[in-house]
Amino acid sequence: MTGGRKNGEWAVTAPTFVWLTLLFVIPTFLVFTIVFKPSDPYGGIGSGWTLRTLFSLGNPNYPAILWRTAWLSALTTALCLALAVPTGYCMARTDRRFRNTLLLLVIIPFMTSFLVRIFAWKVLLHPEGLIKRGLVLLGLAHSDTSLLYTPGAVLLVMVYTSLPFAILPVFAAAEKFDFHLIEAARDLGATHAGAFFRVFIPGISRALFTSVLVVLIPCLGSYVIPDVVGGPNSEMLGNKIAQRTFSDRNLPHASGLSAILTLAVLIPMVWVVLSQRKRETGGGGSILKDIV
Amino acid sequence: MADFLEIEDVSRHFRNIRAVDHVSLTVRKGEFYSLLGPSGCGKTTLLRMLAGFERPDTGRIRLDGRDITDLPPHKRTVNTIFQNYALLPHLTVRQNIAFGLQVQKKMPRKEIDEAVDRMLSLVQLESQADKKPGLLSGGQKQRVAVGRALILQPQVLLLDEPLAALDLKLRQKMLMELDLIHDQVGITFIYVTHDQGEAMSLSDRIAVMNNGRIEQVGKPAEIYEAPRSSFVAAFIGDTNFFEGQVLELVGDEYSRLNISGFADLVCFNDKKISAGNPVFLSIRPEKFHIGRNRPELSPKHNIVRGRVEDIIYLGGMTKYWVQAEGHKISITRQHSRFFLDEEPIRWNDDVWVWWHADDGFMLERYSEADENLVSLPPDASGTAETAQ
Ligand SMILES: Nc1ncnc2c1ncn2[C@@H]1O[C@H](COP(=O)(O)OP(=O)(O)O)[C@@H](O)[C@H]1O
Ligand SMILES: [Mg+2]
Repeated sequence: MTGGRKNGEWAVTAPTFVWLTLLFVIPTFLVFTIVFKPSDPYGGIGSGWTLRTLFSLGNPNYPAILWRTAWLSALTTALCLALAVPTGYCMARTDRRFRNTLLLLVIIPFMTSFLVRIFAWKVLLHPEGLIKRGLVLLGLAHSDTSLLYTPGAVLLVMVYTSLPFAILPVFAAAEKFDFHLIEAARDLGATHAGAFFRVFIPGISRALFTSVLVVLIPCLGSYVIPDVVGGPNSEMLGNKIAQRTFSDRNLPHASGLSAILTLAVLIPMVWVVLSQRKRETGGGGSILKDIV
Repeated sequence: MADFLEIEDVSRHFRNIRAVDHVSLTVRKGEFYSLLGPSGCGKTTLLRMLAGFERPDTGRIRLDGRDITDLPPHKRTVNTIFQNYALLPHLTVRQNIAFGLQVQKKMPRKEIDEAVDRMLSLVQLESQADKKPGLLSGGQKQRVAVGRALILQPQVLLLDEPLAALDLKLRQKMLMELDLIHDQVGITFIYVTHDQGEAMSLSDRIAVMNNGRIEQVGKPAEIYEAPRSSFVAAFIGDTNFFEGQVLELVGDEYSRLNISGFADLVCFNDKKISAGNPVFLSIRPEKFHIGRNRPELSPKHNIVRGRVEDIIYLGGMTKYWVQAEGHKISITRQHSRFFLDEEPIRWNDDVWVWWHADDGFMLERYSEADENLVSLPPDASGTAETAQ
């Protein structure tokens, strides 16, 4: 009601607002605008407006790539969660002294460059690499099959690079989780598994959502991993965007692909947040508050 | 009545702590049974073994003739009200109460709904049914916890300090509600508390625990009037300890004692401790009489002379500390009526202190550590605390 209070609220939210505007709203807006600009032959942006780029996005190769991007990312996310939930649960239940060591083990990969780690996988998966030879030795793979340059390799390395990002939120929530609730559920007749799925999982649901976001979104845009360990049949949207930018030097086209990606993330997210807000009229803020 | 729940020689240790140390108890069907003891004495651990969350190192637990020692929690017909209630925060009150029936899939949905409705009305939460636990008051949370357990019709309901989180007024109200619920449902209650008042007012029987062991089991009045150990005497209510020696037996039930400084005293001696043996005597503060004039007394009375060192007026009663022949005696007197013409007892007055032989109780076990549980006069309590 009073102006003073309004001003106070403004002061509190202003930094977030400025940050979002500078780093998210303006760049996104630029990307969406460039789609309607002609490209110029030198890789820049021409003057005037055109819808040509928009039509050229109907390239018949794209649906397959889009689909692959979607399922590889979704599968990566699912696998990461499936690994992160039990890991986080066990970490939270281990002795406090040992817990920090486990946490360190999860974080250690971050101390090596992302690129180096991906190239290390390339070495491991190489036809002459350790894993391939091991599998052949055990009779699990034929010496002719290739591990590298397949969607499987992309999936493996994406799971590997994303896993810590999925574990950390789950662990943070599990550490705060009141394990007496599990006992209460057991007391009321739930089995081990019943208590886990009916009490623990809902109890860390926000962290699960966070994990999904921090894994899924980078995966959708990933291009280094499919570029290094993937082949032509494991190309993702990120590779196409890179190709349009660096090889074809067609910025409007690259922007068009980026816009598709942005919308693909933004629309479901807005929908989830809105439906969440509708459901949670009673307590707590929106999930996004935890993340932002 | 036959023993319903039998705890036989049960122990549980954590590293070098003996949390529960060879405990044997039997609880009757429908009984309101309390485990009373100071914090850390092993009450929760014992309860958790009954619920199935801890496995005993030794001993067996039998319920209604069946050995349940190795049964997992979800297979026991025993439910718990946890110390912090442990309500499921993502479920509404209604869903919390329905939880047990739902996971056990014992009945169709419609019947579950009906049972939940009945339970909501029993614990008076109909109007809160769709709220999440986070929005409830302490008393309401407690009622959800009770309803959630009772809906499963357990054979035994375990309550771990259910009132500890509530403030005093609410505690008294919930105390009466619990008593009422116990009368209505007729389920065996095992009630853990460190509050003697709660245990005294609710229980059919009380087991007093200390350091993982059972000190004494009995009806509230037995525990209070006939404590067997110095711990029970000092932990439940307040008391005075006197160390002495039996001089001779007098008749069947009495003996003459020598307590340093006092002339020979006569004391009830149902345990027939023979002459020459040391004894420890416990006398409750309210058993003493105090007066400025020496009254006419029967031979079954003892009387000593002393000087008042401290007086605390407590409204309903007054507490006196009297120094008598090297003993500091704490005395409480109720005021039945206030006589204007009577000159009240004041500091440093010389007084007579007397008591009936039946009001002194000889202890079977005495430990000096229990002296710390006895209340001290205000000036002395400060030094006692720093000495600990
Ligand atoms: N899980 C545990 N690990 C180690 N020590 C424990 C554990 N549970 C209880 N204890 C110890 O056992 C003793 C009894 O504890 P508890 O049963 O909780 O007592 P109470 O409920 O009477 O306060 C205490 O000394 C406590 O520290
Ligand atoms: Mg306890």
